[in-house]
Amino acid sequence: MKPLQLREQFPILDTKVYGKPLVYLDNAATSQRPKSVTEAFVKSCNSANSNLHRAVHKLAVDATDAYENARRRVQEFLGAAHPEEIVFTSGATAAINLVAYSFGEAFVGEGDEIIVTEAEHHSNIVPWQLLCERKKAMLKVLEVDDNGEFQIGHLKELITHNTRLMAVTHISNVLGIENPVREIVEICHQSGVPVLVDGAQGAVHRRVNVRELDCDFYVFSGHKLFAASGTGVLYGKRLLLDAMPPFMGGGEMIETVKFSGSTWAKLPGKFEAGTQNINAVPTLVPALDLLEECLKDAELAENQESIKKYIYDFLENHPRITQYGRPAEHERKVPLFSFKVEGAHHEDLALILDKMGIALRSGQMCAEPLMDRLGVTGLLRASFAPYNTMAEAEYFTKCLDKAIEMLV
Amino acid sequence: MTLEERKNKVVEDFSLYDEWLDRYEYLIELGKALEPFPEEKKTEDRLIKGCQSRVWLDADVRDGRLWFTADSDAIITKGIISLLISVYSGLAPEEIADDDFAFIGEIGLRENLSPTRANGLVSMINTIKEISRLRSK
Repeated sequence: MKPLQLREQFPILDTKVYGKPLVYLDNAATSQRPKSVTEAFVKSCNSANSNLHRAVHKLAVDATDAYENARRRVQEFLGAAHPEEIVFTSGATAAINLVAYSFGEAFVGEGDEIIVTEAEHHSNIVPWQLLCERKKAMLKVLEVDDNGEFQIGHLKELITHNTRLMAVTHISNVLGIENPVREIVEICHQSGVPVLVDGAQGAVHRRVNVRELDCDFYVFSGHKLFAASGTGVLYGKRLLLDAMPPFMGGGEMIETVKFSGSTWAKLPGKFEAGTQNINAVPTLVPALDLLEECLKDAELAENQESIKKYIYDFLENHPRITQYGRPAEHERKVPLFSFKVEGAHHEDLALILDKMGIALRSGQMCAEPLMDRLGVTGLLRASFAPYNTMAEAEYFTKCLDKAIEMLV
Repeated sequence: MTLEERKNKVVEDFSLYDEWLDRYEYLIELGKALEPFPEEKKTEDRLIKGCQSRVWLDADVRDGRLWFTADSDAIITKGIISLLISVYSGLAPEEIADDDFAFIGEIGLRENLSPTRANGLVSMINTIKEISRLRSK
């Protein structure tokens, strides 16, 4: 498939901003939605809208079918062993909070340790900080070097017999580097330490198989891979999820409720309290269908690869630009680029580029500790999706040069 | 010049520019022309909260009037704060505290700025007002 054919499925990409064609390069924040996704949302509202599970009428059955069908689709997408290992949440953040609370209640106590890396999104730092405060546990940080990479050897040094969990991003939302998750899991498991993988960016760019990775938890957000917002996924190994207490109490997560004490529903219901995102969850099916199609399409892959090389080299060779996220092996980089411009503030650049029709991210990108490590107050980030074209990439570099010229 | 005359002049200056590019160029020029702000004054208490970039604002009272100095690490923001203090510097604090700052809307600054930047602008205005209120008799 050509990127132009793919674009036809995304009406918003025809938008004009300030009279100029929109060039959407903020895909790492959220992707755009294809027609198949909006149609699935509308279909759910118009023909199968009912609360789930708890009624016998036809609409409730249809809504429940659509919801559970999405669960099986996610199970297949992640290669999970059982559908009940897939828990729906509002997003990756909610999924991590669920684990931090619930796993923390079951397995973390005073003096225990949790390990995160220095390159994590705030969502994969703060829930663990809260847990550590609650339990008087300690948060340990695996540091990164100037290229944003950590040494696997350092991880071995950090693990002690008090380590209860390692939380690591699959692909950093700032650096665009794929971490060696398989290796991390292996090392952690040697010491009996479970691993949570933040797949918010990883699931977008890589085929994931949780059984091959052997990770204990994997989380991602639907809105970053074409689905409606409010569709988060937590994958957890059944054995662990079974041993964890509920995170929130309410409807649907119970087996029986008595004032003398209640009992909990089986997985995954135990973790899905209250009314779920009935209309949005079914959009995961067409979203994952399209994503998988994109990931295996040779023409789209070639286009992404050319864009990646073009932008990487442009930033690398620009006399005023410092690029962050430069892995030793090119294949571990995804088309997500963060950089700073000597003499021009990231906010000024983003403001000017916006007027040229280009949407990109400026600031700390929810990764303040990493910004501190890199010694910057913020960066600019351009992140590409399969529907972005080489023409857009070239327009972006041309406009960036123009904006720099205006500012310095 | 009175406050009204100053505002009218800014509105007139801006009306020369139809294009956003020219408006930004103008703000960049204003930013670049701003008097240097001493490094030792770039302290936490002079930092305006609520902006994506860092903006420092300082005020002195001389002869019953307020004199502002400012700086920012982003040049367009620096141009905006420069514009604000060129309008309000040298006036009695009471007059500034009572002003409605409505001319900002007339020069299309608010609509031309991103939501975070618009918040930054609001923070700048509120800080100028707050300082003036505190220094009012």
